Amino acid sequence: MDFAEVIKVALEALRANKTRSGLTMLGIVIGVTSVILLVSIGSGLKTYITEQLESLGADSIYVFPGELGIGGGEESGGIPGAGVANSKFTFNHLKQIEREAKTVKAVMAYIENNGAMRYKGKSHITQVVGVGVDYPEIRSQKVVEGSFFSSSQYNSGKKVAVLGQTVVDELFGEENPIGKKFTISDQRYTILGILEEKGGFAGVDIDDQVFIPATTAMSQFDMENIMSFLVQSQDSDSIPETIEEVEAILLKSLDEDEFSVLDTESILSIISSILGVLTAALGGIAAISLIVGGIGIMNIMLVSVTERTREIGLRKAIGATPNNILVQFIIEAVVLSFVGGTIGILLGIGGAILIGRFFTTTVTPWSIALAFGVSSLIGVIFGVAPAYKASKLNPIDALRYE
Amino acid sequence: MEPLLKLVNVSKTYRPDDHPIHAVKNASLTIKKGEFVAIMGPSGSGKSTLMHLAGCLDVPTSGRVFLEGKDISKLSEGELAKIRSEKIGFVFQTFNLIPRTTALDNVALPLIYTGINLRKRKQLGRQMLKEVDLEERADHFPNQLSGGEQQRVAIARALINQPLIIFADEPTGNLDTKSGKEIMEIFEKLNKQGKTLIVVTHEAHIAKYAERIVKIVDGEIV
Repeated sequence: MDFAEVIKVALEALRANKTRSGLTMLGIVIGVTSVILLVSIGSGLKTYITEQLESLGADSIYVFPGELGIGGGEESGGIPGAGVANSKFTFNHLKQIEREAKTVKAVMAYIENNGAMRYKGKSHITQVVGVGVDYPEIRSQKVVEGSFFSSSQYNSGKKVAVLGQTVVDELFGEENPIGKKFTISDQRYTILGILEEKGGFAGVDIDDQVFIPATTAMSQFDMENIMSFLVQSQDSDSIPETIEEVEAILLKSLDEDEFSVLDTESILSIISSILGVLTAALGGIAAISLIVGGIGIMNIMLVSVTERTREIGLRKAIGATPNNILVQFIIEAVVLSFVGGTIGILLGIGGAILIGRFFTTTVTPWSIALAFGVSSLIGVIFGVAPAYKASKLNPIDALRYE
Repeated sequence: MEPLLKLVNVSKTYRPDDHPIHAVKNASLTIKKGEFVAIMGPSGSGKSTLMHLAGCLDVPTSGRVFLEGKDISKLSEGELAKIRSEKIGFVFQTFNLIPRTTALDNVALPLIYTGINLRKRKQLGRQMLKEVDLEERADHFPNQLSGGEQQRVAIARALINQPLIIFADEPTGNLDTKSGKEIMEIFEKLNKQGKTLIVVTHEAHIAKYAERIVKIVDGEIV
């Protein structure tokens, strides 16, 4: 039988009941759109976080308090920074690592908190980060104006700060901030320098940070222990060795579950696996709506078969084989889901682009292929039962049907 | 010469397990090429069932049906469909046109199942519409045609595959007298051109167009 003819018959039959066909398709449209949208948001988030972390230095090693289940890979359930409140790290640990670890190039404390900045009536709330003097080197971020704080300023816990470009724009505008005094949560600080702009990724601006000596940060935020620290390996090849060394040193004074040593790659893999599960769950929920859409198709195809009983009888009487009828009705269901799927894909991509203006989205080819394949497959699966029913109709009974 | 169609001791029983209904009992019938036969009987006499058996729409419970000497009584549904597609044309009381498609597409419909391409289908369809004087109605939909015109479209559809036999089941049952007469005159003309025709009817004035009348009462040919 002529394939083009089968498609034409299917389109004619669907056109004969425009509203009904449209509503049936809507189920598939919604399903496909939501699969593509949710998956593109999920993978957008992943891309964003990956870029963010990589921009912070790919060969850095992070030491966090608490256990961040990376061990087996499968039980990876923690988010870096989760155990901060119970930190037992001290400056002695830092010194110990500096002294004993052979493959370590630099090590520094890393303390994060939010603070309210004020300068001449202007205020700005942002992230205050307590770091060591090696920060610009470890993160490969240059000081473009002024200077970073010195070792002596660090050791004596001076109230000095280096600003990110966004903070400068917010508080000082055109004014040169070097040497000026401003307050962080009512404590007066002197500005030493401005850091090179790194640019932000949709939403989070990494230039919107203020850097102060970690020693100063401890008293500023009233902390007894260091929140976390950053270790830099001599080169990227010796990262695993460095991790082992740091772990061995910390184990001398801490329990196994009181700290975690992770490199950028392991953090990425933790985040990836969390986001992967999240994306899969969202996609799965959206896929359920595809199945509901498929049931809608099946329902309408059953109605259509009943309505067209006489037509089926006639077609059989003039020579259509059961297979001809089967194929015709399956194609009709597939056309329904295929057209619905195409509209859904277009809406999904359009929606992702629209959301992409506010938030990173990545339309992945596999999600399109999946949505397309699944929607066509749904047409076949949910079309088979009604089509089989049609193909089994007895031509005589069908012709008599009122 | 081999008869075109031969039914030998054919019976058809519906629901053989509980309350069997013997629609056709032990019927034998021979149709020769070029004959115009009327199968006549009151409603419920089994004349339609006899037509279904002769027209390869159904297989008998017992007995055998030969078309051009070939036994078709044990064929599968698919095989029967192929025979209907190539060798048999049907005209029904209720026309049975597909409402969504034009007169031309309705006429050309059987060709889809014999695998003829679109251009050829349209060409043959127009030719058949010309045979029934409806050439100018090719692009009309069934609901834009009168009953008589619809039945003429149905006749054109039955003719398009150059069938061996045309079966007509109460072809004038839904028509006024004048249209009914026109339809029967078309059948007469077709028979003169050499077509084999079998008309099922309960009306004597329709049956008299035929050369031979087969009467059936309570499932038996009398």
